[in-house]
Order: sequence, then structure tokens, then C-alpha cells
Amino acid sequence: MQYGLLVMGAPYSSPAPHSALRFSHAVLARGHQIEGVFFYHDGVHNASSLMAPPQDELNLREAWAELNQQHGVQLDVCIAAALRRGLMSESEAQRHGKQASNVASPFELTGLGQLLELQHRTDRLITFA
Amino acid sequence: MATPDALLVIIRHAPHSSNWLREGLDAALVAAAFGQPVHLLFMGQGIMALLKEQGSGAPGQKATLPTIDMLEMYDIDKLWVAEGALEGMHLSADSLVEGVTPIADQEIPGLLQQHAKIFNF
Repeated sequence: MQYGLLVMGAPYSSPAPHSALRFSHAVLARGHQIEGVFFYHDGVHNASSLMAPPQDELNLREAWAELNQQHGVQLDVCIAAALRRGLMSESEAQRHGKQASNVASPFELTGLGQLLELQHRTDRLITFA
Repeated sequence: MATPDALLVIIRHAPHSSNWLREGLDAALVAAAFGQPVHLLFMGQGIMALLKEQGSGAPGQKATLPTIDMLEMYDIDKLWVAEGALEGMHLSADSLVEGVTPIADQEIPGLLQQHAKIFNF
């Protein structure tokens, strides 16, 4: 089965991203596919490359990047939700006159249309909020 | 009752205490702009989004009522509101904006079953 994930919880303040990751690995282990993950609401913070948890804690941003590298899972971040929370790519940082950026590949800033498209493309879209 | 392939967006958060309502409505509007039929169900604290004559919220927060008033322009005309939540908050249907349909709590599982696609905010 083709799965899509919608993640709306922030890392370390909500169990949602961790649950979503565990869910991803569980369904992949059972031979299903994860088409993509869409980060919306406070879930956009998962994409921050400035995330620096203590070394004995899982780095959620790295865990998502690994999911992308090992299984080709697309990682889309809602651009409107991201910008108002201070998450932006290098090109957005330039556009908004900011001195730093914190969203980089494999995360991609994109519109809500991608979420609807993910829902169309998959058999199940599971929300983690 | 439901159009096949319609998206049901459930709103469960009140205005201003968080961004859930605004971002839920954004998702509904984008889906409608993409030509998908969209239905809305307001439950729990979410019914407060429908209260008439509300202003803007906590300092710096925009009002969401103008967005609610705009839904019809996007062909979003099915707005259900859970009756249990209305009673629970001692609100009458008259205190809500025009065009909302109260739905009995026991009918909500049926409504969910009619929609294959649901977003929950």
C-alpha cells in the first residue's frame, strides 16, 4: 500500500514526529511504500537544520533526512507555515533579507497543493499531530 | 449527502488560542481553489469560529471571521456544526453565522464514513 504522512507536531514538544518516524519504519518493514511526508502547522520545525539536541537524543531532522536517503521519501514543508515560524531556505532568506537560512535539501519548501496531491496519490494519508 | 471525492476538513480549535483554525481554513481554501469539493465540520471548541460579530483576537492576531464569510466564494457551502458542542457551550444556532447546518453527534460517524479524505485541525 502507498502511504502519505502529514506531520503537524513540533519536534521535542510533541510526540507526533517521533511517532510518524516509527510508523514509517514499521510500514516500510512490512513492504509498503511511503510516498512522501508533508510538514504543516508546527510540524515545519522538523525541517530546521539548526536543530541541535543533546548528543544522546535522536536528531529528528537527521532521522527524516535518513528516511529520504534510504527510502526516497519526499519531504515537503508548507512554505507559508514555515516562513511565519522563521524557517526558510537560502533563496527565501535572500528574498526576505535575512542573514541565515535553516531549511535545506532533502526538505523542500512547497505549497499546500502538494499536500492535496499527496493525498490523491496515496491509498492512506495518516496525520500525526 | 456528500459529494464523492469531497474533502472533509474538521475544525476542532477555537480562534486565537493557536494557529490551528487559520491553518485548517487555509487547507480548505487551497483544496477548493484546486477545484476539489470541500465540506467543513466544526466540533468541540471549533464551533466558536462560527460565532457572529467576533472581532480580532489576542494582540496581533487577525480575525478569522472574514475567512469564514469568504468560504461561499470558494464554493464551500456545506458547514456542519456538532449539536453536542453547541449545547455544551450553551450556544444557540442563532448566535452562529448564516448557512451552518447543525448535525446530531450520533450522525457524525456516518458523515465521516461518507468521506474518504479527511483533514483534522
